[in-house]
Amino acid sequence: MPVRRSRLNFVNVFLWVLGGSILALAAFGAFLTIQQGRLSGDQWQTLIIAGIALGSVYALIALGYTLVYGILFMINFAHGEVFMWGAFTAYFAATALNDAGMMASNPILAFVLVLATAMLVSMLVAVMLERIAYRKLRGAPRLVPLITAIGASLVLQYTARGFYGSGVRAYPDFTLFDGSIELGPVGMSVKQFVVIASAITIMVLLYLFINNTRTGRAMRAVSEDKDVAAMMGINVDRIIVTTFAIGGLLAGAAGILYTLLFNQVHFFMGFLPGIKAFTAAVLGGIGNVIGAALGGLALGILESLGPNLLLTGYGIPAPNQLKDVIAFSVLVLVLIFRPAGFLGRKENV
Amino acid sequence: MQKYTRWSAILVVLMLALAACQSDGGSSGDPSTSMDPGTSMDPGTSMDPGESMDPGSGSAADCDADEFGCIELAEGDPLVIGTALVISGANETLGTDSQTGTEVARQFRPEIAGHEVEFDHQDDECGPEGGTAAARALVSTENIAAIIGTSCSGAGVPAAEITSAEGILMVSPSNTAPSLTAEDTHEPFYARTAHNDEIHGAAMAQFVCEELELTTAATIDDGSPYADQLANVFARSFEEQCDGTITAEEAVSEGQTDFSGVLENIAADSPEFLYFPIFVAEGALITQQAKDTAGLNDTILAGADGYLSPDWLSAAGAAAEGHYLSGPDLDFAGDFYADEFLPAYRDIGGVDQPISVFHAHAYDAYNMIAEAIEDVMFTDGGTTYIPRTALRDAFFAISGYEGITGSLTCNETGDCADAQISVSEVQDGAFVRIWPEE
Repeated sequence: MPVRRSRLNFVNVFLWVLGGSILALAAFGAFLTIQQGRLSGDQWQTLIIAGIALGSVYALIALGYTLVYGILFMINFAHGEVFMWGAFTAYFAATALNDAGMMASNPILAFVLVLATAMLVSMLVAVMLERIAYRKLRGAPRLVPLITAIGASLVLQYTARGFYGSGVRAYPDFTLFDGSIELGPVGMSVKQFVVIASAITIMVLLYLFINNTRTGRAMRAVSEDKDVAAMMGINVDRIIVTTFAIGGLLAGAAGILYTLLFNQVHFFMGFLPGIKAFTAAVLGGIGNVIGAALGGLALGILESLGPNLLLTGYGIPAPNQLKDVIAFSVLVLVLIFRPAGFLGRKENV
Repeated sequence: MQKYTRWSAILVVLMLALAACQSDGGSSGDPSTSMDPGTSMDPGTSMDPGESMDPGSGSAADCDADEFGCIELAEGDPLVIGTALVISGANETLGTDSQTGTEVARQFRPEIAGHEVEFDHQDDECGPEGGTAAARALVSTENIAAIIGTSCSGAGVPAAEITSAEGILMVSPSNTAPSLTAEDTHEPFYARTAHNDEIHGAAMAQFVCEELELTTAATIDDGSPYADQLANVFARSFEEQCDGTITAEEAVSEGQTDFSGVLENIAADSPEFLYFPIFVAEGALITQQAKDTAGLNDTILAGADGYLSPDWLSAAGAAAEGHYLSGPDLDFAGDFYADEFLPAYRDIGGVDQPISVFHAHAYDAYNMIAEAIEDVMFTDGGTTYIPRTALRDAFFAISGYEGITGSLTCNETGDCADAQISVSEVQDGAFVRIWPEE
């Protein structure tokens, strides 16, 4: 690494200048915006909260990418569809409970039931995905499972379309989560609070699971070296299935939280969050669990805050249309300066 | 490794073969036309080009004279009309509604020029990719007479280019973006029975300042030609006609779900009126999220015909109440619409009431195409010939055609509509027409 850095070739200098000037432009834009004082402090706060809520959903999906990558070194591009299936299941569970009147009479139990079914179905989809689409390709060159993943993603998408149609479906309202709450000086809607709190709880549980249980230790061992782990008596196949199952559970949870925020399900809804979560996983350093969580949060905040903060100052019309540009520019910048992501393992790159 | 290489080589060869077949299929229509002995070898027919101006009579020579040749139908052949409407996805009600309109029209007029009409329904997916795919599929259909489509202006832009290059008349029942019929950007074989949003945006501005008596407004579009141009026309009209102030002109992207950034930015000026003429999925989300945005609590929300559908109503839920929507006026003169069209529509569509607002425009488009075809067709030895350029000219010459949507007259850039704009309000979960007063 130090050897490469000392080389002062044209490309490196160009990249540094490019990156530096983009950062300077962004900083200057933020300065101009704040000087204009168009948005009030409360509004900035609202944007940050919205960003954290969206970011925690990204984080949950990103964890699925990063766990699978950590163990198999493959990008499971069908993961966005696992998320979509979770959201669809949540939709049907919630509609059924709503029709049965349970959402009104016992809302907390109803929410837990919906969450549980969504997570279970997503887990099943993820496990079947591994069994049917990926297991046979374990020894194949890396490109092969990647292309299979894209195929699997299309199959899952269009299966959902075949089953449930191509229209947008509105989610029944959990009246339980209407209104807003104040946490000290910070106000947010109850929905956002539930999303953020659930996501953080799930991520903490995952962290504890990976670091403090036998299965978690086995997962880390397989991620270090599959062959040695197998020699140590770890059932590698079982650990891989477990990893997919955990990823599926997280995606299912993300699915219901996402629909809680946005009230819509659609067969194509997994695509964009899937891509964003993948970006988040790369930002944080793919293969790194904490990195994925932080990457998701960072991306969420960046998307909701970025356009208003960085672009309004320059008087760019309709800045919010460019929020994806900002998100992906940051990805490019991170890849230039830290190719392994914020917390990535260097040897993976 | 070698195995993979071999397989990929085979794959590439297969794909090339497929591609070759496709382009063969596309062009095979032309050679077979010119090889037809009846067409090129008949010396008895007059070569006088003047005769081709005579509608209803003609000869095979006219087909040679016509730049794009003729549609040729042997006795008993069906006459194929293509449709390119959005019949899947979030905006399917918009296209399915128009498609049902064409089916109703066929029920009333099952034959054109003595040939049974057959539809080739394609999906424009409400976007440029779908529009391109649908147009390509239709122009490669042999002997396609004309196309009804597209639903969305975004799909219409590439589709109009593709069909015009092949000399196939395309009539849209619901494209409203001004650029499609603007002098510089109009494609020669493209026309529409839907209103031009130059009229729509101005009418909406008039509604806001005269009826609602508001002075500040903001707009959001989604970057599609329809939303972008309609929001823009509204904003310019609002400033010029009413001396109003536009506080922000924002844009979102398709597939976006979190609109807090846009809404906070707009809320900074607390405009009295927010107009977002976009589509179903994003329209419903903005409707909901605007209600939860501090600073937009008293802002009146409005959209347009892009999401004037029951799908939007159910997706937006309670937040839709009190929402204004601008679109074509369905309060048509005459009894035909209520007494005959709607019962047939319910029958064919299997719904209680229309699911969107351009079904009557589709009905008129079908019938105007039929009129134009019967104007220029001629028969020779049992074969029906329809010269394509003449068909286009006859369609563009239509004047004072009495359809459901009014008295339609086409101008030279293809605007045929008798444009009437109305505004509806969501009251108790239903669209209620409130403006202009009758």
